[in-house]
Amino acid sequence: MTLPFLILAIMTLAGGVAAMTMRRLVHCALALVVSFAGLSALYLNLGAEFAGLAQLLVYVGAIAILIVFAILLTRGGEGEPEGAFSPAGIVGAVVALAVFAVLAWAVETSGVARAGVTVAAPQITMREIGFALMQRYVLPLEVIALMLTAAMIGAVILALREKRNDSAGDSGAAQKQGLRA
Amino acid sequence: MISPGAVDQVFVTLKDWIVFHTPAPLQTLVSIVIEVATIIVVFAALFALATVFERKGLGRMQNRYGPNRVGPFGVFQPIADAVKSLTKEDVVPRAADHVVHYLAPLVLVGVVFLTYAVLPVGRNMTAVNLDAGVLYFFAVGAATELAIFMAGWSSHNKYSLLGAMRAIAQMVSYEIPLILSSVAVIMIAGTLSTVKIVELQARYSNGLAHWYVFTPWGLAGFILFMIAATAETNRSPFDLPEGESEIISGYFIEYSGFKFALFFLAEYLEMFAVSGLGITLFLGGWSSPVSFLAWIPSWLWFFGKLLALLFAFIWVRGTVPRLRMDQLMNFAWKFMLPMTLVTILSAGIWHFLTVAVVGPKPLGGVIRWLVCALVIFVPYITLARVLERGRRIEKRVYRFAE
Amino acid sequence: MTPLAGCLLVSALLFSVGLAGALTRRSAILVLAGIELMLNAANLNFIAFWRFGAHPEFLTGLIFVIFSIAVAAAEAAVGLALILAIYRHARTSDVSEITEMKG
Repeated sequence: MTLPFLILAIMTLAGGVAAMTMRRLVHCALALVVSFAGLSALYLNLGAEFAGLAQLLVYVGAIAILIVFAILLTRGGEGEPEGAFSPAGIVGAVVALAVFAVLAWAVETSGVARAGVTVAAPQITMREIGFALMQRYVLPLEVIALMLTAAMIGAVILALREKRNDSAGDSGAAQKQGLRA
Repeated sequence: MISPGAVDQVFVTLKDWIVFHTPAPLQTLVSIVIEVATIIVVFAALFALATVFERKGLGRMQNRYGPNRVGPFGVFQPIADAVKSLTKEDVVPRAADHVVHYLAPLVLVGVVFLTYAVLPVGRNMTAVNLDAGVLYFFAVGAATELAIFMAGWSSHNKYSLLGAMRAIAQMVSYEIPLILSSVAVIMIAGTLSTVKIVELQARYSNGLAHWYVFTPWGLAGFILFMIAATAETNRSPFDLPEGESEIISGYFIEYSGFKFALFFLAEYLEMFAVSGLGITLFLGGWSSPVSFLAWIPSWLWFFGKLLALLFAFIWVRGTVPRLRMDQLMNFAWKFMLPMTLVTILSAGIWHFLTVAVVGPKPLGGVIRWLVCALVIFVPYITLARVLERGRRIEKRVYRFAE
Repeated sequence: MTPLAGCLLVSALLFSVGLAGALTRRSAILVLAGIELMLNAANLNFIAFWRFGAHPEFLTGLIFVIFSIAVAAAEAAVGLALILAIYRHARTSDVSEITEMKG
């Protein structure tokens, strides 16, 4: 537990908590971005350069933009009538705390946490990741490519404007939505 | 007599000297501070230079003088502009979301400055030599879209929101050709490190450098990259997000004073950054095109190329009219995207047409070049014909201005 | 506390936050955001186990995270397209108001 790790962890968690409790949806989305950026910095801190940058590119560059677009297209910018501190919110918080307690107990009691010695950061070059993706993991890579294509087509079809609904301006957004995938 | 190598490395030597003379515990910090401060000062100065350069250049293209009041030939115009924007009142709309409105320009400028970390501006002059440099550039650059959304949304103005939506749609669409056109280079170079990509291009055979722009796929990729870069930086002819005649000024309509100046700065910095990446990937970074000019310092080459690309940007702005939104999207998805994929295909063919396949050097090289050029040229003609089908281009009729 | 345990605890906290959001928020978009947070917590676990595990040179955890990010992108695109389609039908994206299955 080093200081940078602690700062980044706090940033990630604060972003997450803010994203789940704030009232205006756009603020939630922006807080979510802080959380995603913190996570990507955490990956970099843990020596996973490629994963961290991919996280930044995909989550901040694509998913956050998608969420923001969806908020604007569903007129969600005005915010919810009630915040997170409703009765339902308290119940949810209690459930989440219980889940956290169980997880923390599991982490603390399992041998993994105590046996994990501090090892030197693995020196992984981009070249090795490239070879791994192209040789050992080439089948999953192709499956992912197929799935992304399917998701893109699916998203376009789902978000395409239906004929009887004549709300202007939706089809362009739908196109952007799908193609971004 | 000072050797060319010493001039080339003068800034590196200077930094090492300063770092050497600081106490040991502070050395890392001082080194980082020097690098960051240099990047900020140099590129902010270049921004000041570029604004006056652009206004003078545009003026020339439009048969007028451009700024010529402050200082000789108007060269001190940026200082006057800076004083004006600093002393102006900072107006924030009452309905605006104050925190987000305040943060947006800062995030934008900060993110754009971050991308400079991986640009090799000279031999041994890269702030951070990341193994995934190109990926870092695109990953960090992706956050600019979010800053633009923050600016557009927080102003609570329909024009700014429209401008932000236009900007995001455009940047998202053109990011894909931008990344894909650099994939060809990454494929051939076999590395994501900007430093190594430049080093690979700084080799010479027969006195000519191995710049990727000298290959058919590199040339096509460079043109596609620069078109996508123009759109990415919201410059004319892709300046719909700002579209003065339609939505006044787009996402920064509600910004005034220093915050407006920050947006202006970020726009130019983005242009320098993406041009710098184009130079790194295609134009050999800091290397000279021919071996007998290699004595010119590497940083002069980089900034010379940057100024040349800057001039190209200004030239395009002075020449090409603005696109419509549908033309913009069609161009991105129907033309740019297929062409970048063809470029990647051509680069792959280039990789496999080795000496063993096409024969020894002079003739084999020509065959290789022609085959790869054909792989790009034939799809280009076909695509252009398909896209232009059914459209008749007639002599323009001026109804009111005969 | 070892670094691995620290990572796992952060990840567990993030998972709980995402779970709480997904369970309680009424906007469908925020429910999706909560799910994304939980997914990210899982990714952090993978990275932590890869980093502090026995054989980092096999890259298993790292590659898994890369694939997981790709899947998350697809999930977000389809999920948000669904939300848009539902919004166009029901004129709301509030999950507690969408109670009919008839379109």
